[in-house]
Amino acid sequence: MGAGIIGAACARELALAGVSVTLLDRDGAAGATTAHGEGNILLSDKGPGPELRLAQLSRRLWPAMVTDSVPGDRAEWDTKGGIVVAATDEGARALTEFAAGQRAAGVRAEPLDPCALSAAEPHLTRDVTAAVHYPEDAQVQPAGAASVLMHAALRAGATLRTGCEVLGAVTWKERVTAIRTTEGVLEADLFVNAAGPWAGELSRRLGAPVDVRPRRGEILVTTPLPPTVFHKVYDADYVGAVGSDADELQASAVVESTRAGTVLLGSSRRAAGFDGRLRPEVLSVIAGRALRLFPCLSGVPVMRAYGGFRPYVTDHLPIIGADPRLDGLWHATGHEGAGIGLAPGTARLLTDLVTGRAPEVDAGPFRVDRPAVIPRGAE
Amino acid sequence: MRPIRISLDGDPLTGSDGQTIAGLLLAAGLRSWRRAPSGAPRGVFCGIGVCFDCLVTVNGVRDVRACRSRARDGDVVTTQSRAEAP
Amino acid sequence: MTRHVVIVGAGPAGLAAATAAVRAGAQVTLLDAADQAGGQYHRMPLDTYETKRPRILERCDWWPGGAVWALERHDERRPPRVHVISGPDGGTRRRHVLEPDALVLAPGAHDRTLPFPGWELPGVFTAGAAQALAKGEGVAVGDRVLVAGSGPFLLPVAASLLAVGSHVTAVLEANPAATVLRGWTQSPWRLAAQAGKAAELAAYAALLARRRVPYRTGRAVIEARGDGRVEEAVTARLRADWSVVAGSERTTAVDALCVTHGFSPQLELPVAAGCALRDGFVLVDEDQATSSTGVYAAGEVTGIAGAPAARAEGVVAGWVAGGGSPARLRTVRRRRDEGRTFAVRLAAAHPIGRRWSGWLRPDTLVCRCEETDYGTLCRTADVSARAVRLATRAGLGPCQARICGPTLAELLDTNPHDRPIISPIRLGELANPPEEKESTP
Repeated sequence: MGAGIIGAACARELALAGVSVTLLDRDGAAGATTAHGEGNILLSDKGPGPELRLAQLSRRLWPAMVTDSVPGDRAEWDTKGGIVVAATDEGARALTEFAAGQRAAGVRAEPLDPCALSAAEPHLTRDVTAAVHYPEDAQVQPAGAASVLMHAALRAGATLRTGCEVLGAVTWKERVTAIRTTEGVLEADLFVNAAGPWAGELSRRLGAPVDVRPRRGEILVTTPLPPTVFHKVYDADYVGAVGSDADELQASAVVESTRAGTVLLGSSRRAAGFDGRLRPEVLSVIAGRALRLFPCLSGVPVMRAYGGFRPYVTDHLPIIGADPRLDGLWHATGHEGAGIGLAPGTARLLTDLVTGRAPEVDAGPFRVDRPAVIPRGAE
Repeated sequence: MRPIRISLDGDPLTGSDGQTIAGLLLAAGLRSWRRAPSGAPRGVFCGIGVCFDCLVTVNGVRDVRACRSRARDGDVVTTQSRAEAP
Repeated sequence: MTRHVVIVGAGPAGLAAATAAVRAGAQVTLLDAADQAGGQYHRMPLDTYETKRPRILERCDWWPGGAVWALERHDERRPPRVHVISGPDGGTRRRHVLEPDALVLAPGAHDRTLPFPGWELPGVFTAGAAQALAKGEGVAVGDRVLVAGSGPFLLPVAASLLAVGSHVTAVLEANPAATVLRGWTQSPWRLAAQAGKAAELAAYAALLARRRVPYRTGRAVIEARGDGRVEEAVTARLRADWSVVAGSERTTAVDALCVTHGFSPQLELPVAAGCALRDGFVLVDEDQATSSTGVYAAGEVTGIAGAPAARAEGVVAGWVAGGGSPARLRTVRRRRDEGRTFAVRLAAAHPIGRRWSGWLRPDTLVCRCEETDYGTLCRTADVSARAVRLATRAGLGPCQARICGPTLAELLDTNPHDRPIISPIRLGELANPPEEKESTP
């Protein structure tokens, strides 16, 4: 249920494991959260812990998924690497410490001296107190990548049904046996909630609510430029913003270019429900933060802005596993801004759990019955 | 109308005050000055600021619509594509 | 307290709205992205403009070169905040935010040119480009020019080209004579009110006849050819549904080609304001009010009906937006409704035939900016429209689908007018905070 990147990855992995899969979406495939992000596949923003382990598994799985017989290279897989910079002495200390922890957890995090930094990013500000290069960070064109995964699922026997909205569950003895949809009743042994930021609403319709909330983000897109930004470059505050629980606007600079030559500037995080209205002052803040990193972009026009909704869980961990309240219902959602990067690992873990294989990473931290997911009183 | 002089990629061109950069270039006999991503030549298409085909760099500022900008005496206009470094 | 009305667009509709709103007692701010008032319709050389500036500009707050880059819907009970950058592009323009009591949107329309093989060659222009360059600067887009497409607009364009010394080889109307005549001659008494418009067109037709410029119906340009610039046009006979009659192709040597198949309303402002659309135009009521609180629309965005109708709509919109009583608008409303009848007639006489895409080839560009071809779009259409656009980059280039949007909307199910950044703004300009509200630049 949900044909974004997570649904497509799960459909592919389950179908390859011999499961008969139907992939549903109420609209078209890969059109919502998946098509409104930057396509990040990052280790750099994750400290040691379960999310990093899932990210490392995903990073290992990604290359094979986007290179297996894909005509036209729609995924635009790019191992450009990330560079994180700090602008203050305090920021430098925090970044250095953070990177050391990551290295201990097996992440390649290589400090860059000013000379190496200016060779790697000649247009970046010189006003930097520390910089760390993360060669494992990668990027895809997210809707293209989802389409590649979906096609692999279809080749493995899955079917896709778009324009099919889930209305409710048909249950029997605390087991979901079918779902009611706008296109009729669909029976299955197992239902996976991969509805991203709408996973909360979908789970309510099915009678087993999980606490997934939308967290709004905006991205600015410049006109196409000659090559100017070569890595994914962001300021060290980004890690803090990702980990923050604040409802008010959090903004940090994330700057990178796409294959078409446009530069994407992010990122903002705020609680706004599903309100998609543009807030010019948010765009202004994003522009200001980005210009601190790349002052040379000052004269470059922004031609587009778009926003999307991240599926946010208050403890910042995805939800992957069976729902303890309703047999047959599973969840694979709540990845916040990391869904593209974490999709392959999520699909692998879910499939391991479904088929009874031993998972490669510990599924415990992602279980459904934790306080952040099932609020007290909702059981 | 007062005559003005601008340059396009270093070559001097003359026009008159009040002309747009696109009008001045067309009047000078040019038909194309921008390169599309494939390298194909482009010039004016819509003439009223909608199509962005006529983009030029003016005094170092990229992506100026030639059809919407009045040429000013001494303007340094350069052609642009996506390939070269800024 | 005096009502503050912001009017976006200073063409015939916007100027009429400004005059009516001032008369109704409102304080008016009139914006236009161009540095001259008058819009495309009243385009003229800068020195002529100095003496012919509309007088209303002295009686309102006139912001030439004022581009609206965003509309902020901060409170659904009020019109949106209007975010403006003003001044010539290329330096740092100034940022302002206006908070009007009423907003009148009169952004107008631009040419809609359907793609055809070779339409990206330099020397292929929209008819509007030829018109603007001829009227605004006395520049001829070519020496041997073919004018083609559909609609009465082709006639004044040919006249403008003749006036600046071009040889116009022919004017081709794609619709067959039967369609055009049926559209124009049905219930002629209803056209009487538009006598001015009819006389204007008759004068153009007479001019073309005098200058021996052939006007042919049922014929279209289906390809442009040339090495680095247009050198010849391939024309062909069309059936009523615009399918090409095989074997009717002919080539003509030209150094410029002007092609327009109608007009696209500039809908990014109304869409950003949250206005409901119907049949591709802004839905308005008797008073030109849109579905968004305090937002009015006038001119070509409500239907392509020409300058007289746009003026009448502007009067209604400006008067009501300025707080005037709608009861006093009987005469102007009748003029507006006659204009709308004219629009219906125009649409019937010059429709776009549904089989036009027959002249496309797999390698014909649909998106000019990103050079996405027709074949690629047809092959990719299996995911959501947004995913197709991301995969092919169709409509994601600098023009943001202003040109290919209507065609993409036919091929994919997508809203071609959703552009929250209404006009490009440079990062440095965006990062600067707006200057004090309500100040005049």
